[in-house]
Amino acid sequence: MTAVRISDDALALACGADAVAEAFEAAGCKVERVSSWGMQWLEPLVEFDGRGFARVETRHVKAILGEDVRQCIGRIEAHPFIARQRRLTFARAGKTRPLSLDDYIATGGWAGLTRARSLAPQDVIAEVVQSGLRGRGGAGFPAGIKWKTVAEAPGRRKYIVCNADEGDSGTFADRMLMEGDPFALIEGMAIAAHAVGADQGYIYVRSEYPHAIQKLNSALDLSAEIVAPFRVEVRVGAGAYVCGEETALLNSLEGKRGEVRAKPPLPALAGLFDKPTVVNNVLTLAAAPHILREGGSALYQSLGTGRSRGTMPIQLAGNIRYGGLCEVPFGITLKELVDEIGGGTVSGRPIKAVQVGGPLGAYIHPDQFDLPFDYEAYAAADALIGHGGIVVFDDTADMRAQARFAMQFCAAESCGKCTPCRIGAVRGVELIDRIGAGTRIADPVGALPQMHNAPKTARTCEEDIALLEDLCETMRFGSLCALGGFTPYPVLSALKNWPEEFE
Amino acid sequence: MSQGKRLAEIVAAHAHREGPLLPILHDVQAAFGCIDREAEATIALALNLSRAEVRGVVSFYHDFRVEADPRPEVQLCRAEACQARGVEALVPAAEAAAGDRVRLSTAYCLGLCSVGPNARVGDDLFARLDEAALVKLIEAA
Repeated sequence: MTAVRISDDALALACGADAVAEAFEAAGCKVERVSSWGMQWLEPLVEFDGRGFARVETRHVKAILGEDVRQCIGRIEAHPFIARQRRLTFARAGKTRPLSLDDYIATGGWAGLTRARSLAPQDVIAEVVQSGLRGRGGAGFPAGIKWKTVAEAPGRRKYIVCNADEGDSGTFADRMLMEGDPFALIEGMAIAAHAVGADQGYIYVRSEYPHAIQKLNSALDLSAEIVAPFRVEVRVGAGAYVCGEETALLNSLEGKRGEVRAKPPLPALAGLFDKPTVVNNVLTLAAAPHILREGGSALYQSLGTGRSRGTMPIQLAGNIRYGGLCEVPFGITLKELVDEIGGGTVSGRPIKAVQVGGPLGAYIHPDQFDLPFDYEAYAAADALIGHGGIVVFDDTADMRAQARFAMQFCAAESCGKCTPCRIGAVRGVELIDRIGAGTRIADPVGALPQMHNAPKTARTCEEDIALLEDLCETMRFGSLCALGGFTPYPVLSALKNWPEEFE
Repeated sequence: MSQGKRLAEIVAAHAHREGPLLPILHDVQAAFGCIDREAEATIALALNLSRAEVRGVVSFYHDFRVEADPRPEVQLCRAEACQARGVEALVPAAEAAAGDRVRLSTAYCLGLCSVGPNARVGDDLFARLDEAALVKLIEAA
C-alpha cells in the first residue's frame, strides 16, 4: 500500500495538516510526513496514489480514499506552478522526509561534501566563485570571494555562521529549507568549513521559528558523524529584527546586545569573537552542495541574467491567489511572478502595489512590472530584491499608512547605535502623521525669542514632504546598516508612486 | 527546587559554550517566566559580567521580560504580508476578546506570509484567520 504523504512544514501545520494526517492514520493508512512543495494556497496538500489533493480537511478523508476526485489536482509535479520552476536549492521540496538520512542520500545528499573534501580548499572556492553564487540574504555579495577572504585571513580559529534570522515579512524560504531539507544546509556549511578551514559553525535562528529549530537540532544529531570533525550548533535569537544584520547577529551570538558594528573590519577578517568568519544566509549555504556536485558550478553559471547567476527562491505572499515558493532563474519579470504565476490578488481586486525585499524594500507600482528580477536592475530602480520576498497589496492599501509603518518598524527595531536610524525613524513617523493630519500648526518653539532662527510660520505640506525626503536622504547615507539605510526605500517609493495619498 | 539551585543548574548547563549568555537567558525565562534581579545578579557573577551588562542584554531583546506575566499569550502577526491580507481590521475584536485575561502581543512575521492573517500560541501556529476564528482562538487561550 502506498503511503499518504502530508507535509509537516509549519505552514501546513498552521493550516491543519496534523489533524488530516491523524484522520488518514485512523482510516488505516500509512502516513509519511514530508517537506512542503511550497504550493501554499493548497495546504494541507495530500499526496495519495501519485496524485495531489488540495486543501484537505478531515471530513474529506473518506471521500479521497473512496476515489472521490473533487479535491484532486492531478500529479503534483506536473502542476503548472511546479512545472515552470527550476528547482535547485528546493529540488527535494515535497519529495523527501526532512529527517530521513536515507531519503537525503538517495537524492544525492552528501555527494557535494564528499567531492569538496576530495579537493583542495582553494579549488572548492574556485568552483563557488565560478558558479557566480551571490549572497541570497539580500546584499548579493559574491559568496566565493567572501570564502576566499576568510580562507586567506590569518588565524587558526575560523567560524561558519549561518544567518537564519529571516525576519522580513513576506519571506519564508529559509524557514522552508530548514524545516524541509535541513541536511542540505548542514552539508553546505560543512563545505564552507572545508573551504576556509573552520571547525565550528553556528546557525542563528530567530525564535519565531520553533519548528525549524527543532528540525535543525534533530538533523544535527543525525548527521554529526558525517560532518565531523566540523561541529555545528543552533543558537536561538530573542526577537530582534536587527539581528538579521550580520554584525548585529555576531554580537548577539557572543551574548551581547544586538548592536550593529561599524565596518571595517569586515566579519570575514574579524567576525565572531574577532576571528575570521563566513556569515552567509541559509539559501546561500544550501546552494553549495548542488554547486559542488558534478558539473554544478557550470549549470549554476548557465542560468540567470547579467551578474545575477543561478536560481532565486522567490516567495509569493500577501494578498496573492497562488502564494508560495517559486524557485526560478534570475531575470523573470514581476509581471510574470505576480500576474501569471501568482494569479493576481486573492481578494480579486486590482493590484495596487507590490513590496519586494521585505520591510526595507520599495513599493513597486504596476507600471514597473516589467522590472526583471536581477540585483542590478532593482538597485537601478531604487529598489532591492533582498531575500526575494514579494508582498502583494490590492487597491484598498493605504500607502501613507504603509510608509508610516516602515518608519515605525524601523523605530521599534533600531538597535540605537547610530543617530540617523534611532532618531530619524521616530521623526519620520511624526512627520508622516503631520502630513496626514492636514492641519498645519506652527512649531511652538518657533515662538520663543531665543529660537530666533526657527521658522515663524507653519510649514506647508510641500515643505513637510521636502523635509521627509531630506530625512530619508540622511537615513540612507548616514545609517550604519541597512535597517536605517534602506527604510527610506518603502517610504520614498510610496511617496513617489502615490503622491496623491500624501496631500 | 529553590530558584537559586535551578539557576545554578541552568548556568552550569551552558558554561562550556562560547558566548553562553543568550542560551542562559532563554532557559531562565522559560523556567521562571522572566529574568528578575536575583537571576540577573547570579548570571552576572557566573559569567564575570557586570549586572549592567546583563540588564542591557535583557532589555534589548523583545523576548525577554523582567517581570513575569502569568497570562496566556497570543501573538498576532501584524507585518506587511498579514496587513495586505487584512489583519488590522481584526485587531479591535481581538483586543476586546483578550481583555485583561490574555496578553495579546504582536509578532513581526511568523513566516506564513501567503496564508495570513496568522497567530501563534506557544509553539502552535494558526493560519487563514478571520475575526471569528481569531476571537475563538483568544477565548480558548
